[in-house]
Amino acid sequence: MTERSLSEIPGGASNDAADPVSARVRAVAESRIAEPGPLLEVLHDIQSEFGYLPEVTVPVVAQVLNLSRAEVHGVVSFYSDFRSSPPADIGVEICRGEACQAVGAEALVAHAAKSLGIGVGDQTGDGSVGLEQIFCFGNCALGPTASVAGRVHGRVTPERLDALVNEAQAGSKGT
Amino acid sequence: MTTTIYIPRDSSARAVGADEVAVALTAEAARRGDDVTIVRNGSRGMLWLEPFVEVDVEGTRVGYGPVQADDVAGLLDAGLLTGADHALRHGAVSEIAWLARQDRLTYARMGVIDPLDLDDYQAHGGLAGLRNAIALTPQGVVDAVAASGLRGRGGAGFPAGRKWQTVLDAPGDTKYICCNADEGDSGTYADRMLMEGDPFTLLEGMTIAGLAVGATQGFIYLRSEYPDARDILREAIEIARGFGWLGADVLGSGRTFDIDVRMGAGAYICGEETSMLDSLEGKRGMVRAKPPLPALEGLFGKPTVVNNVLTLGSVPFVLAEGADAYASRGLDRSLGTQVFQLAGNIKQGGVVELGFGVTLRELVEDFGGGTASGRPIRAIQVGGPLGSYLTADQLDLPLEYETFAAAGAMVGHGGIVVHDDTADMARLARFAMEFCSEESCGKCTPCRVGSTRGVEVIDKITAGDDRQGNLTLLLDLCDVMTDGSLCAMGGLTPMPVRSAISKFPEDFGLTAQEVTS
Repeated sequence: MTERSLSEIPGGASNDAADPVSARVRAVAESRIAEPGPLLEVLHDIQSEFGYLPEVTVPVVAQVLNLSRAEVHGVVSFYSDFRSSPPADIGVEICRGEACQAVGAEALVAHAAKSLGIGVGDQTGDGSVGLEQIFCFGNCALGPTASVAGRVHGRVTPERLDALVNEAQAGSKGT
Repeated sequence: MTTTIYIPRDSSARAVGADEVAVALTAEAARRGDDVTIVRNGSRGMLWLEPFVEVDVEGTRVGYGPVQADDVAGLLDAGLLTGADHALRHGAVSEIAWLARQDRLTYARMGVIDPLDLDDYQAHGGLAGLRNAIALTPQGVVDAVAASGLRGRGGAGFPAGRKWQTVLDAPGDTKYICCNADEGDSGTYADRMLMEGDPFTLLEGMTIAGLAVGATQGFIYLRSEYPDARDILREAIEIARGFGWLGADVLGSGRTFDIDVRMGAGAYICGEETSMLDSLEGKRGMVRAKPPLPALEGLFGKPTVVNNVLTLGSVPFVLAEGADAYASRGLDRSLGTQVFQLAGNIKQGGVVELGFGVTLRELVEDFGGGTASGRPIRAIQVGGPLGSYLTADQLDLPLEYETFAAAGAMVGHGGIVVHDDTADMARLARFAMEFCSEESCGKCTPCRVGSTRGVEVIDKITAGDDRQGNLTLLLDLCDVMTDGSLCAMGGLTPMPVRSAISKFPEDFGLTAQEVTS
């Protein structure tokens, strides 16, 4: 059997010279290679740079950290933070923890799903707004709690949530 | 002369407008030519009053709250800078009964100091514990922690001193201190508040732990939902390194200790200590079988102290003021104080630090003021999503580990979530199972499969499909999960489910008789 480079294997590491994303992912992974057990940190770094984990993440990171692709994929798929597609422009995350449920979180989630016309875990057709559930922001005395475009808000009523989403949409269109 | 104004940077305060208040105050004061210095402190824990603004009037801090940005001009008109009267004024903060009635040891500096001002920290007793620890032998430090009676504040209540002793006695040159800051339970936020409002206390506790057991590296495993805490901790660590506290020569002792913050990635199960260790190693957060104990084979297989934020955050007091001072608080075998957190449908939500033994009624009614909705209390869940639901009839239970355990409940980490009479307990029981199926690591079958089956069976019961038969099945499933799960996730999920069924059978379409027969 002849040796093949990873770039020739389907799903293998791509050729960095031809793919700047791959080169960048490799550089990020290499920067933490000396740290003990750095995989989560590497994935966080890549996601904070790209907003998600580009397809080359698994093969390239596996190669750099000397892990199997299965191990890296296993970690990526285990943690709900890691995403393999770009996030919506405006993320709406609503807490469904018990403390927020005690002050109306379930009604808030239902309202958001209805007013945005999408389910939890989905994005609007144009990718402008995404709706996610979160279990606890640690704002349990001032719920219901929702994060809109990365900013956490307490005592969020359905009306307030609509206003926050509208504000964020106006802001993102303005830029 | 400049007037110092305190506006919390706590993320709960920010969630209700503290940043906007700070911006408005800065702008409005500048417009008027008032000389003010704004300090972003931690929160006092009176969260229903957030944003809670304090003005230093000749050494007395006068509080106003809840203040919104719109209130700022009116407050300045009324004489905010001289502590003048206003509808939002609460008087001298130290005399507010809600705070004055507490016994703040772990939370002594919360809201008082600038979280990132090391001079302020030391002026309020900070580093005294570490300096005392440096003068003791490692065994002396462990003995002090053991004598204080301090038990793990993360929920399990395991004696901290005994855990430290095991790590101290374990052979090996490389040992670790891991702070479990994966505060995932709904209804708990005291870890977050301490990390944001007084991060040096946590770093000091970890450093003391390092000196005690012979570890040179600490990790804080922080949940990713807490980005503010992450930023503050990392800044605090840099400050501590610059001061010669963290690093190769801890406060000139010749000992080495350093700390890094590592972020979780949205997995509740990583609050379980062995799962957290796997996650810290960069793996899937799968629960490990015990033994081996993490104290002997923990992070990267090395002896490891795993303690919660408030456990480590209580250690500086023990070393500074003495084990006896700490142990003089509390009841029976639950010594010291607990930082209770009032959450959910509560009028005056926030943090109450008191010795163990305080009753649920004192916390929920006296401090909490009852429900936010003004409706009767229906259920109270203590100790997080895996804790039992209690009824209004059980309000006189003293919060103490063994008493709660005897009542089929748990004190856990002291999170108290109140539900009013609109709560649908069948829905909450279903949610407990749903949450478990969502967050199970998947290693053991009772938890992974049992939780999914649990949701289905509860749905059948509430739909009226062979209620009696499915109830029997559900209770049997609860037994299997309790007895057969690898960790507390699957093992304790039946607690809220069973308690909801036994105390609120009508929500499941069942009669009390059907439930007990």
